[in-house]
Amino acid sequence: MKKSVFLGALTVASFVAGAAAAATLDDVKARGELNCGVNTGLVGFAAPDANGNWAGFDVAICKAVAAAVLGDSSKVKYVPTTGQTRFTALASGEIDLLVRNSTWTFTRDTDLKLDFAGVNYYDGQGFMVRRDLGVSSAKELDGATVCIQTGTTTELNLADFFKANNMSYQPIAIDTNAEGEQQYLAGACDAYTTDASGLAATRAAFADPENHIILPEIISKEPLGPVVRHGDNEWGDIVRWTLNALVAAEEYGVTSANIEELSKGTQNPEVNRLLGTEGDLGAMIGLDKEWAKRAIAAGGNYGEIFAANIGEQTPIGLARGLNAQWTQGGLLYAPPFR
Amino acid sequence: MTDVDMPPKQTFRLSQLIYDTRYRSLTIQVVVFMLFMAGAAWLVDNTIQNLKVLGKDFNFGFLWNRAGYDIGQTLIPYTNDSTHFRAMLVGLLNTLLVSFLGCVAATVIGIFVGVLRLSSNWLVARLMTLYVEVFRNVPLLLWILVIYAIFTEVMPVPNAFRVNPATGEAAASMLFFDTVALTNRYTAIPGVLFSNPLPGILGLAGPLWSALVALAGGLFLNSRLKARATRIQEATGTRPSTWWATLLLLTLPWMAVLWAQGFHLDVPAFNRFNFQGGIKVTNALVVLWLALSLYTGAFVAEIVRAGIMAISKGQTEAAAALGLRPGRIMSLVILPQALRVIIPPLISQFLNLTKNSSLAIAVGYMDLRGTLGGITLNQTGRELEAILLMMGLYLAISLGISGVMNVYNNAVKLKER
Amino acid sequence: MAEIAPFVRHEMLPAEPAPASEAGVLHWLRANLFSSPLNVVLTFAGVFIVYWLVSHSAPWLMHSVWAADSLGECRAIIAERWGPDATGACWAVIRDRWHQYLFGFYPWEHIWRPITVFALLFVAIAPVLFSSVPRKLLWFTLAYPLLALWLLWGGTIWPEVMIAAGFGIGALGFMLGARFGSLGAISLGTLAAALFWVVPAAPLEHALAAMLPIGLPEVSSDQFGGFLLAVTVGVGAIALSLPMGVLLALGRRSDMFLIRALCIGFIEFIRGVPLITLLFVASLLLNYFLPPGTNFDIILRVEILVTFFAAAYIAEVVRGALSALPRGQYEAADALGLDYWKAQRLIILPQALKISIPGIVSTFIGMFKDTTLVVFVGLFDPLKGISDFVRADFAWKGIYWEPYIFVGCIFFLFNFSMSRYAMYLEQKLKRDHR
Repeated sequence: MKKSVFLGALTVASFVAGAAAAATLDDVKARGELNCGVNTGLVGFAAPDANGNWAGFDVAICKAVAAAVLGDSSKVKYVPTTGQTRFTALASGEIDLLVRNSTWTFTRDTDLKLDFAGVNYYDGQGFMVRRDLGVSSAKELDGATVCIQTGTTTELNLADFFKANNMSYQPIAIDTNAEGEQQYLAGACDAYTTDASGLAATRAAFADPENHIILPEIISKEPLGPVVRHGDNEWGDIVRWTLNALVAAEEYGVTSANIEELSKGTQNPEVNRLLGTEGDLGAMIGLDKEWAKRAIAAGGNYGEIFAANIGEQTPIGLARGLNAQWTQGGLLYAPPFR
Repeated sequence: MTDVDMPPKQTFRLSQLIYDTRYRSLTIQVVVFMLFMAGAAWLVDNTIQNLKVLGKDFNFGFLWNRAGYDIGQTLIPYTNDSTHFRAMLVGLLNTLLVSFLGCVAATVIGIFVGVLRLSSNWLVARLMTLYVEVFRNVPLLLWILVIYAIFTEVMPVPNAFRVNPATGEAAASMLFFDTVALTNRYTAIPGVLFSNPLPGILGLAGPLWSALVALAGGLFLNSRLKARATRIQEATGTRPSTWWATLLLLTLPWMAVLWAQGFHLDVPAFNRFNFQGGIKVTNALVVLWLALSLYTGAFVAEIVRAGIMAISKGQTEAAAALGLRPGRIMSLVILPQALRVIIPPLISQFLNLTKNSSLAIAVGYMDLRGTLGGITLNQTGRELEAILLMMGLYLAISLGISGVMNVYNNAVKLKER
Repeated sequence: MAEIAPFVRHEMLPAEPAPASEAGVLHWLRANLFSSPLNVVLTFAGVFIVYWLVSHSAPWLMHSVWAADSLGECRAIIAERWGPDATGACWAVIRDRWHQYLFGFYPWEHIWRPITVFALLFVAIAPVLFSSVPRKLLWFTLAYPLLALWLLWGGTIWPEVMIAAGFGIGALGFMLGARFGSLGAISLGTLAAALFWVVPAAPLEHALAAMLPIGLPEVSSDQFGGFLLAVTVGVGAIALSLPMGVLLALGRRSDMFLIRALCIGFIEFIRGVPLITLLFVASLLLNYFLPPGTNFDIILRVEILVTFFAAAYIAEVVRGALSALPRGQYEAADALGLDYWKAQRLIILPQALKISIPGIVSTFIGMFKDTTLVVFVGLFDPLKGISDFVRADFAWKGIYWEPYIFVGCIFFLFNFSMSRYAMYLEQKLKRDHR
C-alpha cells in the first residue's frame, strides 16, 4: 500500500484521471481491506482498547460489512475522523464507509452528496444537569450555561430549542466529549447537552451518577446511521442490506451461537434466504451466497451487538427503547429478504 | 591569421539563450514561469474536475444563509438568525481581540521576565529561567489545556455566589465592593450605562463622541496652560506649578459630560443560574489570552534578554557614572537601545501569537477558525471555499501586523546619516 | 659595612577569615537575595510563589497510585490510604498505557523497528551535529531516511532501493552533464532521476519484489500514534524541508525577479497562515487539488503540508545565514571564476549551513511541538489524541492531569536538551568566527 503511495507521490504527474467513478466494491475487494471511518474515541460506540483493537457499536457495523464483503471481519482499517473531517474523508474516497454516529439529515443526504444506508441507532438530544440544581425540565433552563460539542447537529438543535421556547442561554463550546465531561463536572456549565446515548454513557462513568439527572425532554431526532458516497448505489445496497440482515437476524432469532445450525436449513424460508441456504440473494448485490451469514457471525445479530457494547449489562447501560424490534414496540423494522 | 582580427559575428544563435549570461537568466525565468503556470493550471483543472465529480460548485453564496448557531462571546451584535458572513466577522474580531490582548500582555511579560532574568537576585533569576524554559519547551496546546483546567477547577461556580436564604451568606463573594465576580465560566464586570445619552453621530455612540470632544477640549486648554507657564518661566525664571490644573483639565471635562448623560454602572447580580447584567468576559477568552501571552512571553523574554545583553557594558557604566539609579539606567539608557535589536524578532513573535490563536478550538473560544473554519464549514459542507477564505483572512492579518510593525521598526531604527 | 639583614618572611601567614559580613551564608543571602529593598520584595514574592506551587501540588503528588486497573480503583486506593477527602495522582494510567503514548498502535511484536529507527537517528545526525565524528558517517546519514522508511512501514525493500537508484542515476546524470556547466548538470541529473522514477521504476520494483521478496511485515500508517507519530512527522518534515528550504532561500536572494517573487510569495504565504489551516488543507483540500481518484493516506498528506511549512521557516533561517556571510566570500568566489552553482556548492552553502544549524534546531523544536496539532485532523498525537481515546476507555474515563504531565515532561526533556545543544553550538560557532 504505502509503496504505491510513495512512488505515486513521486510520480504524481503520471496519475490518470477518472478512477473515482470506479465501483467501491471492486476497490475494497482489490484492496482486501475495508476503510471504515469511525469516531476518534467514544465510549461504547468506537474506541481502541489498550492493545489498539477497535471495539464498539459502530465498529461492529464495520466488521459486519467487512465480513460480508471480504469474508473476514478483521480486514478493516479504522480511520479515526473528527466532526470536521468525516464527510470530506468519505467524499474524497479516503474511506469507503462512515459509521461515526452521524445524524441523517436532509442537507447531508442531498447537498453534501452522501447517502445514508439506514439507521443503526435512533437517538435524540437531551440534557444532563446536577440534581441539586433543582431543575426537572429543560424548559426551566432559561439563562443557563450549556456545554455543547462543536461541529455537530446539536448546536443547531440547541439554538432552535431555546429560540422556540423563548429562552436565552450561554453556550460553552467544547471540542471533545472528554472535555465536555470535565467542564460539566467542574460546574463550568449548568447543563451538558449531547445525544441521549452519550449522556447515559457519560453519566454512567461519573463517580456519583446518582447526583446527576438526565432531563426528560428529548429536543431532537437523531437517527444515526452508516454513510456511503452518493452515486455508488451497489455499494450503498451492500451496506444497507448488511445492516438490515443484522436487524432481521434478531427478529428471526438468528444468533451467533445458533447460526451454524440454522444455516443447515430451517422451516422458515426467510431465514433460509437470509443465510443463503435457499436462493442466491448475495449474487444480486455482487456477493456470494453466505454474505449475510458471515456478517451475522462476525459479531452476532443487532441485539447481540447492542447488548455487548452499549446494552444494560455494560457500564453504559442503555435500554433498547426506540432501538427495539418493531415487534417489541421499537422502530427497528427490516424490510423483507425476498 | 586575418580571422583573429575579424570582429565576432553579431548574429544571434539559439544556444546563446543558454550559454550567454546576458540571456540566460531571461531563459530560466521564462522556463520557470511556464512551469509555474502549468502547475497552477494543473491544480485548478484538478479542482474543477473534482468539484464536478462531487457535484459541487465553487460559490460563496452560503455566506448569506442563516447561520443557526450561537456564539458565546461576540463583539458585535449576533444571534443565530444572523448570516454565516456575520458569524465570520464575529470570529475575525474575536481573533483580532485575543491577538491584540495577547501581544500586549506577552510584551509586558517578556520585558519584565527578560529584565528579571538578568537580576542580581538569585532566587528571582532562577525562577524566571525556570519559567522561560518550562514554557518554551512544552507545546502551547498543553498550556492551553492546563490553564483551562485550572480555571474550571479553581474558580468558584456562579452558583456559589447565591445567597443561602437560611444563613444569609454565600459560599463565594464578589470583589471590589461587590462589582466584579470571578467564576469558572466568566468574569462578570460592571457594564456602563447612560440614562439619557446624546444621539450618536457617524456611528459613534453619544456618550463616546461627547466624551472625546470634552477630552480634546481639555487637552487644548492644557496646552495653552503649559504655553503660558513656559512664558512666565522665560520672563521670571520660575515656573508656576500647573500639575493640579493639568489634572483637573484632563479629567473633569469628560467626566462632567458623562455624568450629565446619566452615567451609572450596571453591576452584575446573581440570578438563578448566572450573573445578569454587566459585561461577562468568558473564561475561554481569558484562558486563551493567558496561555498565549505566557507562552509567547517566554520567547519575548529571551529576545529581550538577548537585546539587553547586546548592549555593551560601557553604556551601563557610563549611565551609572552620570549618577542614574539602576531602574532609570534600564528604562532610559539600556531598553531604548535594546529596542532596535528586539523589534525584528518581536514582530515574528507577534505573528506567531496571532497564528497560534487558532488553537482557540481547544477551549471553545469562537475565533475565525472556530466560526468560519469550524461550525460554518461543518454545517454547510463548503470546505474549499471556507478554508481558502480563512487562509486569506489570516494572511491579511499577518501581512497587516508585519506591515505596521515594520513601519514602527523603521521609525525607531538607528538613523544612519 | 654593616650587613643589613633584610627581613624576609619565609612562611606565609595564614589567610585571615573574611569579615563576617562578607562571607558565608549570610553574605550570600545579602548579596543575592536582599541587596536592596526591591530585591527583598522580589525575594519574598518568589518564595511565596514557590510555596504556593509546592503546597498545592505536593499532597496530590505524594498520594500517587502506581498499580491499579482503573480510575475507580485508584480513587478507592487513595481513599483507603489517605482518607476519604484525599486527592492523589493516578499514575497507573501511564503504567497501563505508556506504550500507546510512545508508539500508538504499532504492533508490539515489531516494536524493535521504531526503536531501532530512533536509535539510528542519533547515529545519522551525529556527523551533522558534532564535528568530531568521522565524516564517512555522512553516507549513512544520506541513506538513513530510506532505511527509516523501510523499517517503519515494512514491506519489501525494493521501493526504497528504487528511490535510492533514482538518486544514483540522478547523480550519474549530474556528472555526465557537468561538461555543460552547472545548470546543464542539474537539469540532466533531475531529468534522469525523474525519468527513471516515472518509467522503469514501478515495473522493475514489481519484478524484483516477485523474484526476491526481501522485506518486513507491513505496518500501515493508521497504526502510528503517540510520540512515534510526532517524531516521524517532525523529523521527516525537517529532513525533507532542508533541500527545499535551501532552494527557497537561494531563490529569495536571486537576481532574477520572477524567481525571487515566486519564492517570496511562497514563503510569506506559508508563514502568514496558521499551521492548523495547512493541516486542514492536508485533510480536506488536498484531494481537490490532485487528479480525481488520487488518494494517499493522511499521514503522508500531513507530512507534505508540514514539510512546506517547515521549508518556509528553514528558508528564512538559511537566508539569515546567507546574509550573515561576509561579502568577501561572494566576491572571492566570483574572482575565482566559479559559476553560480559552483560558488554556492563549494563556498557559500557549506559556511551558511554551518552557521544556520542552531536556527534549524530551533525550527525543529517548534515543529516538534506543533506536531500536537495533528489531533485536529483526526490523528493520534501524544498530547490530546491518545489522551482522548484513553479517556474513551471506561476504566480511565475522567482522568485528566496525569497524561498531560507525563506527555509534557517528555516534550520538555526532548526540547530542553535540543535547545541546550543549539545554545552550545551557537557559542561554539561564535568563537569560530572571531
